[in-house]
Amino acid sequence: MAEDSSPDDAVQPELQVDVWRGGAQGQYQRFTVPRSANQTVLDVVTWIQRHRDASLAYRFACRVGMCGSCAMTVNGRPKWTCRTHVRTVTRDRYLQIGPLRNLPVLRDLATDMAPFFDKWQAAQGRFSGSHSRRDPLAVIPPQSHERQAADAAIECINCAVCYAACDVVQWQPDYVGPAALNRAWAGCNDVREADRGRILRAVASDGGCYSCHSQQGCAQHCPVGLNPTRSIAALKRAALASLSSHG
Amino acid sequence: MLRPSRQHAGYWAFLLHRLSGLALAVFLPAHFLVLGLALERQAALDQFLHWTELAPVKLAETLLVCLLTLHLAGGLRLLALEFLPWTERHKALITAAFGVSLFGGLLFLLNTA
Amino acid sequence: MASAARAYLLQRVTALIMAPLVLAHLALIVYAVRDGLSAGEIMARTQGSIGWAVFYTTFVAAAAVHATIGLRNVLVEWTPLGRRTATLIAHTGGLLLLALGLRAVYAVVS
Repeated sequence: MAEDSSPDDAVQPELQVDVWRGGAQGQYQRFTVPRSANQTVLDVVTWIQRHRDASLAYRFACRVGMCGSCAMTVNGRPKWTCRTHVRTVTRDRYLQIGPLRNLPVLRDLATDMAPFFDKWQAAQGRFSGSHSRRDPLAVIPPQSHERQAADAAIECINCAVCYAACDVVQWQPDYVGPAALNRAWAGCNDVREADRGRILRAVASDGGCYSCHSQQGCAQHCPVGLNPTRSIAALKRAALASLSSHG
Repeated sequence: MLRPSRQHAGYWAFLLHRLSGLALAVFLPAHFLVLGLALERQAALDQFLHWTELAPVKLAETLLVCLLTLHLAGGLRLLALEFLPWTERHKALITAAFGVSLFGGLLFLLNTA
Repeated sequence: MASAARAYLLQRVTALIMAPLVLAHLALIVYAVRDGLSAGEIMARTQGSIGWAVFYTTFVAAAAVHATIGLRNVLVEWTPLGRRTATLIAHTGGLLLLALGLRAVYAVVS
């Protein structure tokens, strides 16, 4: 197999890696990990689990940035670890890898994602249609304005990186967060959605879109380039309009 | 300092908007009390206004003008972000808000006798 | 309307009201300090003027509401106070601001 010879990967022999161990009251444990070409942060964690401590708890599935299960805090920033190359996050061969912020830590690098998905439900991020299986398929022309507008908020992989990056989630525990609101806006943009009022009422309630301060930490960190702040701004307007027309 | 996940323009804009707002809210009661001096007698207000000719007080006033201008410009930016068609030029707008604030302070400093 | 939505709406409405008032206030500050400040000069402008009375009363009222909401957000998010205590403190602060502000308007207009 050909060696990658890019200068960044003309690899220093090893990395010093601090990995979070235990639950909320744990501490970092130091590992020395061999450096390799095109190494990702997930590769580092996997190497530790296979060669140093099989009890290390962490999550991953697809390894190609689609499933959204491997997000962790890397040198202070939330990252999807399978698509984060080591060379992009450290200049001095040191990594600190911890669990995502703003979620309860189960063990080591695994967090309890339940609050994240509960809030997804609270923001009514699900589809309610008006057609049955006997109706013809909905035809939505790809060039239509409505279909183009829907692009803004789709393709989220539910990784919770934005949720971990958001200060308001930390400061106001009932805030549903950027991912759930972005999903709600995607629902509003779906021309097949039969009950838009249900979504707008949910996001206009306490802990909804009006808690957002537009810091855009979510957009800054979203690995797939979405901007939840933009979706939330649109929800703020749409929910106000619907409040003023329905009282 | 700032945790790494907060090191971006949007966080700085938020932080300075909040701190300037807080500072203005703390300053306002003093501002109102001083103007209220005119209730008792104009001379009391004049006595206070005389004090504002000291250089350190002038600098503090300049800072206040900067804070007010910053809060105004930052607030207009937020209103634009929420109510006008979306733009990706956040960094430019944030920089402009800081620029306007410095301009306001400078205008005050140059005009104050 | 949920309390967060109401607070948001009031915060934006008062901001929109104050934006032109702040601009005018800043312009007046820069204009007024050119020859130094004096009580006589301020009072000559404001005393008996319905226009300035309306201007400053609107300004004070909007600022008091705006500051109450902002202060409440800061207290909820940056201090360990509970929501109820934060709301109480913010409202007290807002009322104080309103009272002192209206007193100041009365002082320079009457």
